[in-house]
Amino acid sequence: MPEAMRELTFAQAIHEALAEEMRRDGRVCIFGEDVAEAGTPFKVLAGLVEEFGKERVLDTPISEAGFTGLAVGAAMTGMRPIVDIMFGDFITLTMDQMVNQAAKVHYMSGGAWKVPMVMRTTLGATRRSAAQHSQSLHAWFSHVPGLKVIVPSTPYDAKGLLKAAIRDDNPCVFFEDKMMYKLKGSVPEEDYTIRLGVADVKRAGNDITIVATSSMVQVALGAATMLDESGISTEVIDPRTTWPLDEKTLVESVKKTSRAIVIDEGYERYGVTAEIASVIAEGAFYHLDAPVKRMGAMHVPIPFSPPLEDVTVPTEQSVFEAAKRMCGR
Amino acid sequence: MRTAIERAAANAISVEKALRMYRQMIRIRLFEEQVNDLYTRALMPGLAHLYIGEEAVAVGICEALRPGDYITSTHRGHGHCLAKGASPDRMFAELLGKEAGYCRGKGGSMHIADPATGNLGANAIVAGSVGIATGAAFSARTLGTGGVAVCFFGEGALGQGLVYEEFNLAQLWKLPVIYVCENNLYNEYTHFSETTAGDILTRGVAFGLHAESVDGQDVRAVYAAALPLVERARSGEGPVFLLCNTYRYHGHHVGDINREYYRSRQEEQEWKSRRDPLKLLSSWITEQKLAAPEVLERIQSEAQAEIRKAVDFAVSAPYPRPEEADQDVYA
Repeated sequence: MPEAMRELTFAQAIHEALAEEMRRDGRVCIFGEDVAEAGTPFKVLAGLVEEFGKERVLDTPISEAGFTGLAVGAAMTGMRPIVDIMFGDFITLTMDQMVNQAAKVHYMSGGAWKVPMVMRTTLGATRRSAAQHSQSLHAWFSHVPGLKVIVPSTPYDAKGLLKAAIRDDNPCVFFEDKMMYKLKGSVPEEDYTIRLGVADVKRAGNDITIVATSSMVQVALGAATMLDESGISTEVIDPRTTWPLDEKTLVESVKKTSRAIVIDEGYERYGVTAEIASVIAEGAFYHLDAPVKRMGAMHVPIPFSPPLEDVTVPTEQSVFEAAKRMCGR
Repeated sequence: MRTAIERAAANAISVEKALRMYRQMIRIRLFEEQVNDLYTRALMPGLAHLYIGEEAVAVGICEALRPGDYITSTHRGHGHCLAKGASPDRMFAELLGKEAGYCRGKGGSMHIADPATGNLGANAIVAGSVGIATGAAFSARTLGTGGVAVCFFGEGALGQGLVYEEFNLAQLWKLPVIYVCENNLYNEYTHFSETTAGDILTRGVAFGLHAESVDGQDVRAVYAAALPLVERARSGEGPVFLLCNTYRYHGHHVGDINREYYRSRQEEQEWKSRRDPLKLLSSWITEQKLAAPEVLERIQSEAQAEIRKAVDFAVSAPYPRPEEADQDVYA
């Protein structure tokens, strides 16, 4: 760990990454709804327009497809734009621009054009925002060749991964758990990046591996503490990016522990947990003592009422119980 | 000769420009005829959407551009690519899926792109490139290159909401982008009047864009319209919308042969005999005595030789190795 550490919130770490990259590179600019003076509803960008001006922090109309498409063209021609999609649910409005344009330009042109852009957006339920402001749709982009998908779980990771994404020459989608903005963690003062596609062992253990992404990493760590008391030693692995995916680290961990639970706040069906479980099942088949268990969002539109919403996502308790059962305790 | 130059000047183009535009149009016409031939001989895989009949639009516009200016194109994009400077040999190679193609065989007919000529790419999503062109204009303005971006799209794209999101953004930010709508009358197999409510030009006007329409069969008119519009955009006065009224001689794609259910042969014949962009320009050149008929014939035979050579190059060029399939996914 680097020396000069401070405690920053997840939101502050993201803000700092953006500010540092905008200072470093004049081509980095931000497009989005209410990104300038308002600093977004989550206030993550507050203050950036004062430092960088309205030429680089641009409030857009409520036209997600429009400003995302504009960013694709700007990225191809010398800028390094960042688009802000306020709620992850709104990525659906940008699909043609991201999937048919941004993701394919480099390949379709035989490598002639590049699209160095970042889309920042959010995921995560339990904010009582109902079905159109609560989804975790990162699997959608993870399915598409040409995109990189980043799902940070700590302030340290968020800053290093976002800086790496901004410097990457490919379209990257950066999903922030909106419930995590106030989470605090150590972040070094000096410049650093985290290579995309490298998983992080958040906690070492021997009896079971919990692979967790984004919002679910804290859940996994909480469950792991509970499992300690039951005498179960838990390893928590955070892939940090769903693509590129660090398959080796996942498989090696499960070869050691022989059991795996994969948790992710997206839908289980055809989702991130399905892909990771398949990677583990294929790579560590002869080491497994139990089928790989998947835990994701319940297959329903996210309900509004708190007692309904709360049962749709994995919790420390549900992960703890699943892990205990898997370990035969 | 002096009188000829004077006459040309009166029509806002030089003799050289007129002959160059004739050359460019005939290159596109011959290129597309070869595409038709290659396709019907089963030498070309995939789809082929021919630009024949619309040559004056691409040429008139691109002749008003600088090399560093950008264009985006459409599924019917061969004409735009050639008019912006693409080389027929590498284009044919791409159409045939060869390694030597502009996209190393990964894009094909609908995706030709070429940074060297400012071609951001043909696009197989209708209106798919409107954002890209607007973004290129954003870069040009922000980086102070003095460049502009031209977005070619067909009237079918007017059905896509993205067009209006980009009109709005471009006007708010005064971006140097020229939206060129090629109204060839047909959204694939449907007459545009069945899909397009209201007036086309006012769709640009509603967003405050400077909007004009022009006879898209008359390359001199297209060029004369484009020149001040391009300079207007370049000087920071904001985006413009140019509606070019034109006609697609062939079907939506090469396989669209029996077209009587959506348009008559008589209609096609009238456009071909009375409104052909090549005939209109060559008659004008001859009538104005800007050049002798032999000069035009020489241009045609030179273009024929160039296109024939380009086809030979592409046909004999090697395919990419299968290992190439997973290259260039990421930069």
